[in-house]
Amino acid sequence: MKRAFYWLVPHPFVTLILIVVWTLLQNEVSPGMVVFGLILGIIIPWSTSVWWPDTPRGFRLGRMAMYSIMVVWDIMVANVQVAWIVLTRPNSSLRPAWVVVPLDLKQPEAITVLAGTITLTPGTVSADLSDEGHSLLVHALDCPDPDAVRDDIKERYERRLKEIFV
Amino acid sequence: MTLDVIAIYAVALCLIIGSFFALVGVIGLLKFNDSMTRLHAPTKVGTVGIGALLLASMIHSFTFGEGSFHELLIMAFLFVTAPISAHFIAKVNIHKGACDPLPKPPQDDTWSTLKSPEHQPGPDSPTKSST
Repeated sequence: MKRAFYWLVPHPFVTLILIVVWTLLQNEVSPGMVVFGLILGIIIPWSTSVWWPDTPRGFRLGRMAMYSIMVVWDIMVANVQVAWIVLTRPNSSLRPAWVVVPLDLKQPEAITVLAGTITLTPGTVSADLSDEGHSLLVHALDCPDPDAVRDDIKERYERRLKEIFV
Repeated sequence: MTLDVIAIYAVALCLIIGSFFALVGVIGLLKFNDSMTRLHAPTKVGTVGIGALLLASMIHSFTFGEGSFHELLIMAFLFVTAPISAHFIAKVNIHKGACDPLPKPPQDDTWSTLKSPEHQPGPDSPTKSST
């Protein structure tokens, strides 16, 4: 039964997201559209499952929601900070720097979420991953102390992501 | 009536915030003189700028017409795709060498952007730590 379920729905979360996106695209909730979304949600992951061999099994949705709220708050704070830097600091006083973040995360999905979070938050853009995925290259806009930025990323985001993707 | 007035002020406030942040993004894009720092302004300021504009659109549609959830989708897709485009622009900068020299990764041989079939670590290079 369980195998049949995973054969039909290899990625349950993708199916769920596709149903929600399809319903939102229709701008109204009607049973027919939800059923059509379910059909799409089964066909699309099933036909593309060749390219996604692994599914993260342990995924805590509640903690992910908490994490998203924290990231949205950080994005707003970071925007004000970056706007302040853009408007008031002359170029010569900026100290851009590369920051290397050693990764404890192993799952590709977790690393992707971490890289996306870094790009969306305080003055940092994730630029590259090392060839075997053990460290992340981050560019910081104004960074007097790269070690502090690295510790901040590890403490604030990576620790939480390790709890989400178990 | 009062609800309409509050909604109009909320829409106006969101529009002002959104256009302010979009303007700051443009100023940053023009002002910075290095392609990597230039990447910072539009990727971050753009998300909140557009987010506030979409919030204004949502408040307006829920108050004065049929509610619309399309803005939520736009925001979700924007937040998913903005880091990816920033990532690719950063990769292009690394390839072109239009940035400060990269630090060496502590555990691995090189950064994945710079890895090419020609770049094979020779026998004299330090052995990489295996996990």
